[in-house]
Amino acid sequence: MATHAAAGHHADHHDDHDHKPQGFWDRWVFTTNHKDIGTLYLVFAFIMFCIGGAMSGVIRAELMTPGLQFVDPGFFNQMTTVHALVMIFGGVMPAFVGLANWMIPLQIGAPDMALPRMNNWSFWIMPFAFTVLLCTLFLPGGAPAGGWTLYPPLSLQGGSSVAFAIFAIHMMGISSIMGAINIIATILNMRAPGMDLLKMPLFVWTWLITAFLLIAVMPVLAGAVTMLLTDKFFGTSFFNAAGGGDPVMFQHIFWFFGHPEVYIMILPAFGVVSEIIPTFARKPLFGYQAMVYATASIAFLSFIVWAHHMFTVGMPLGGELFFMYATMMIAVPTGVKVFNWVSTMWKGSMTFETPMLWAIGFVILFTIGGFSGLMLAIVPADFQYHDTYFVVAHFHYVLVTGALFSIIAAVYYWWPKWTGRMYSEKWGKFHFWWTIVFVNLLFFPQHFLGLAGMPRRIPDYNVAFADWNLISSIGAFGMLCTPVFMFLILWHSKKHGAAATQQVWEGAHGLEWTVPSPAPHHTFTEPPVIRAQDLAHGDPTH
Amino acid sequence: MKSLATTRIRRAVSAAVLATTAGMVHASSMPARWQLNMGEGVTETARNAYRMHMIALWVCVVIGVIVFGAMAYAMFKFRKSKGAVAAQWSHNTKAEVIWTVIPILILVVMAWPATQMLVKQADTSNPVLTVKVTGYQWKWRYEYVDYEGKPTGVNFVSKLDAESDKTRQLKSGLDPHAVKVGDEATYLLNVDKPLVLPTNAKIRFVVTADDVIHAWWVPALGWKTDAIPDIINDAWTLIEQPGTYRGQCAELCGQDHGFMPIVVEAKPKAEFDRWLAAQQAAATPATAPAAPAPAAAPQG
Repeated sequence: MATHAAAGHHADHHDDHDHKPQGFWDRWVFTTNHKDIGTLYLVFAFIMFCIGGAMSGVIRAELMTPGLQFVDPGFFNQMTTVHALVMIFGGVMPAFVGLANWMIPLQIGAPDMALPRMNNWSFWIMPFAFTVLLCTLFLPGGAPAGGWTLYPPLSLQGGSSVAFAIFAIHMMGISSIMGAINIIATILNMRAPGMDLLKMPLFVWTWLITAFLLIAVMPVLAGAVTMLLTDKFFGTSFFNAAGGGDPVMFQHIFWFFGHPEVYIMILPAFGVVSEIIPTFARKPLFGYQAMVYATASIAFLSFIVWAHHMFTVGMPLGGELFFMYATMMIAVPTGVKVFNWVSTMWKGSMTFETPMLWAIGFVILFTIGGFSGLMLAIVPADFQYHDTYFVVAHFHYVLVTGALFSIIAAVYYWWPKWTGRMYSEKWGKFHFWWTIVFVNLLFFPQHFLGLAGMPRRIPDYNVAFADWNLISSIGAFGMLCTPVFMFLILWHSKKHGAAATQQVWEGAHGLEWTVPSPAPHHTFTEPPVIRAQDLAHGDPTH
Repeated sequence: MKSLATTRIRRAVSAAVLATTAGMVHASSMPARWQLNMGEGVTETARNAYRMHMIALWVCVVIGVIVFGAMAYAMFKFRKSKGAVAAQWSHNTKAEVIWTVIPILILVVMAWPATQMLVKQADTSNPVLTVKVTGYQWKWRYEYVDYEGKPTGVNFVSKLDAESDKTRQLKSGLDPHAVKVGDEATYLLNVDKPLVLPTNAKIRFVVTADDVIHAWWVPALGWKTDAIPDIINDAWTLIEQPGTYRGQCAELCGQDHGFMPIVVEAKPKAEFDRWLAAQQAAATPATAPAAPAPAAAPQG
C-alpha cells in the first residue's frame, strides 16, 4: 500500500480526479479519509498478526517435545502474555475497526466517517501503544509475564514492564473508545435517505452494537489496570487483602470487561459472515430481523456472564448457579444465528469462491468453538476443564477459526472493491485449504490434552502429553506460512490481478457495490438515491 | 446416530468399569499417551464431572451432526453448477420458533443434574479429616489440621522430585522419558513427599496461598480450587479407592508454574492411621514448625 502511495506523484493525472492528497505524509499520516485510515488499520493489524504469530511459533517450538529446549520458563510466560495482548488488541480489534472504516460509510451511503480527524487520531495512537508494549521485551526483567489477564498479585511481581504495559493498554483503550464513538456517530447520523436502521447491512448492525460494548467496557479495563498501577507504585491496596483489598475483585472487574470483549471480537465477524453467505448463496439472508435481535441479546447477555471465567475462585453456590444458567442462555441466540446461516444456504444457488469458503469454514469451526463453550459453562465439568488446554482449544476455535477466519473472508470479499483487482481464485482456495488442515491440527488435539489433564500456560509437560503436543506444533508451523501466502496472493493481485467489475460478485447486494471498483477516494459526496435492488435487507417499499 | 452413540457410551463405560476393577488394588491417575477423553476419577465428584462432560459432549455431537449435515446437504444439493435456482424466501416463523424453543429445553435438561451436583459439592460440613493446603512459589504445604476431632500437628512441604527437577532444566540434555517410578513415566508429576489421605472418609480442604494465586487440582478427585493469598477456599472429597493420584498447579503462578505438581496417596483407614501416627512420632512438638516457613529461594 505504502509503496503504491509513495509512487502516487508519478500518476498525477490519475489521482487528480480522485482528489487524493499527493505526498506520502499528506496521504497516509495526516489522512482523514475513511478508506485510507481503514487501509492503515488493516496493514497495522496484519503486521501485528505476524508478530503475534511469531510469538506463538516460539511457544509451540518449546512445547513440541517434553523438556526445555529453547527458552527458559520466564521468557515462555512473556511469550504467552504478549502473544495474547498483541493478537487481541493489535490484531483482531484493529482489523475489525479497519473493516468498519472502509465499509460502514460505503454500506450506508455516507461520504466519510462522522469525525474524520478523530479517526486519524484513533489510528495513530495504535502504533505508539504497541511500540511501548513491545519495547518491554527488551527491558531488564522482560515483558509482562503474568498472563494477558494480568491477575494480581502475580502481575505485580513484574518490574517496570508493568507500568509500560498499563500505559499501552490505556492508549489502546482510548483509541478503541474514540473509534467506537466515531462508528456510532457515523451510523446514527450519516445514513443516506431511505437507509432505515432495519434496512442496514448486518455488518453495520453488528458494528453498531459492538461499538456500544466498547464504550461500556473499555473504561472498566482502564479502571482495573489503573488500580493495578497504583497498587504497584503508589502503595494502594485495591487488590491486596492484607491492606483491606481483594485479589478476586480484580478478576471480577477484569472479566466484566473481558467477557463483552469476547463479543467485541466476534459480533463483527457475525456481520461479515452474514454479508458473504447471502451473496454466494444468491438468496437473501434468512431471518434478518432475528439476526439483529440475536446480536443485541448476545450483547446484553455478555454483561451478565463474566464470572464463568472464575468458577474455581470460590464463589458461593448461588453465584455459580446464576453464572452457569446465564452462560448457557447465550447458546440460544448464537444457535439462532447458526441456524439462520444454514437456512440462508438452503435452497440457494451456491458457488464457492474464496470468501464463501472462509465463511463456511467460519460457520463450522466457530460452531465447534461454541460447543466447547457450552461445555465449559457447565460448572461441575468446568471444575475439570478450567485452566487446561481444553480452554486454550476453545478460545482459539472462536478467535482464530472464528474472528480471524471472518477477517480473512472479509478481505477476500471486499478486496476487489478496494483495489479494483481480482485475486487468484486458485491460490485463494489453496490458502483456505492449507489453513483448514493446519489450523485443525494445531487446535483440535488441544481438546484432548486438556481433557487428559494438561494445564495451560506451562512450558513443559509429562511425556504422556508428548504425542498430541507434537501434532499441535506441526499444525502451528503450517499456520506460520499462511500470512506469507496471503501477502503474496494479495500482492500479486494488486500488481497483476484482473480488473474487477462494479458489482464484483454476481449475488452481491448493498450500496458498496453501486460505486466503481476500485472505490474512488471520495464516494457518496452526495447522498445516493437508493433503488430497491441496491438493498440487501429490508423492503424499500415501506 | 442415537444407537451408535449409546453403544459407544456403553463401551466406554464398560471399559471404565474394567479399568476400575483392575485398579482396585492400587489405582493410578497417570494421563495416557494419545488420551482422548476425560478420566472418570475415583470420587463421586469426578464421576459427576465426567457424566456432565459426556452429556454435554453428546448433546453437542447430535446438534453438530444435524447442523453440519444440513449444511453439507445444502452445499452438495443447492449448487449453481448443478443448476440450482435460488429461492427468495427469507422467513419461516414456525422454524424460527422451533429452533429457539428446543435449545432452551435441552439447556434446562442439562442444567438440572448440574445444579443438583453443585448443591451437593458445596456442602463441606462434617469432615473426618481437614487438610490445609497452602500454595507457595513453587511448592505446596499440607497441614493435617484436624483428624477425627483432634489436631494432629503434622505438616510438611511437598515439591517437585529431584529427578524431574534435574531433567527439566533448560537444555539439561536429560531424557524426560527416563524419569520413572516403577514403570510409570512420572516426569513433572512426582513430588518428594506426597499428600497421604485416607480412603472412604470425607476430607475437607481449606486452600490458600502465601504469595500469588495458585490452583490445587488432582483430576482424579474431580475438581480444582484456587489458592488465593489471604483468602481461604474450601472443598471436599471422598476417595473411593486406594491409589496414587497426580495433578498440577492450575493457575499461572510465575516462572515455575509448570513445576509444582501434586501427588495424593490414598490409603485404607488403618494404613493411614499408622502413617499419621508415624508422622506424629517423628515430628516431636519441639521441632515441628508452628508456622509455615517462607518460600525458599526459587530453583532455576
